[in-house]
Amino acid sequence: MVNLKKDNLIIANKKFNSRLIVGTGKYKSMPECAKAIKLSGAEIVTVAVRRVNISDKNKPLLMDYVDPKKITYLPNTAGCFNSKEALRTLRLAREIGGWKLVKLEVLGDKKNLFPDMIETLKSTEVLAKEGFKVMVYCNDDPLMAKRLENSGADAIMPLAAPIGSGLGIQNKINIQIIRKQTKLPLIIDAGLGQASDATIAMELGCDGVLVNTAIAKAKKPFEMALAFKNAVIAGRQSFQSGRIDKILMGNPSSPSKGII
Amino acid sequence: MKKIKKIKIKLNGKIKSINQDSNLSLMLKNLKIPLNKVAIELNEEIIDKKKINKIKLNKNDKIEIVHFIGGG
Repeated sequence: MVNLKKDNLIIANKKFNSRLIVGTGKYKSMPECAKAIKLSGAEIVTVAVRRVNISDKNKPLLMDYVDPKKITYLPNTAGCFNSKEALRTLRLAREIGGWKLVKLEVLGDKKNLFPDMIETLKSTEVLAKEGFKVMVYCNDDPLMAKRLENSGADAIMPLAAPIGSGLGIQNKINIQIIRKQTKLPLIIDAGLGQASDATIAMELGCDGVLVNTAIAKAKKPFEMALAFKNAVIAGRQSFQSGRIDKILMGNPSSPSKGII
Repeated sequence: MKKIKKIKIKLNGKIKSINQDSNLSLMLKNLKIPLNKVAIELNEEIIDKKKINKIKLNKNDKIEIVHFIGGG
């Protein structure tokens, strides 16, 4: 029997079996979104806080398709460009139904969607003081990641590449340095394009990945959801199994003794 | 017939005319808003949904009603 110990993803003392977190945006329909979540095996999904459509009350509600009692909703501040907006959004999110586990994302530039780390740090501090459990979207900068940790973050979520870009992990070294310096959950958030990107993230020692566009906008979202599920599991198993050292020259796989 | 006075408020960014003696709870009921799925702000302050019955609406009040939608 293989000896891979069962290891859960633990965020703010809450245990999850799946290390894949998925977004709920950009799907063609609510049923499509719900089915993709199911196939991905994700237990946490990010959601946005927006105005209720007063004029069209027949519009389908996310909560009618994705049961918040079964799937953990992770309210996200996507679209916020300063601390004030982000705090307002998350306080409202908490009020909807007692959500304390939240994802903070304060953007700094409308084109590249990079996080504004000054505003992010400020917000993290306030939210932690108010009792929120904050998972923080950040740049792949080890120094900023450290400062976030000191500000009370519950998870560090560096980008792989710009949000929705599909470029995959651009700076593996930085991710590895962040991994080495923190015991907090480290989750790659944003910029993944295909399942193998998730495997790489897990092999670098990350605790999980967050994917939205790569699944929602794939030609076959259901199949891609499944591919990401398997990729995250494979990457985690590979990481736990301990990879071989890299060497420059060849090393034959068959014994050199007894050659005829 | 007695004419009911109307006041103007702003609901989710849009101006709306309501009866002067209306309150927040009544308005939400009329709009068929499922309270357990939303959060409400009155003039940028979050309203405790348990205390909603007591809240009267005044001229130029700004109300925001938000819920969760799909997002990344």
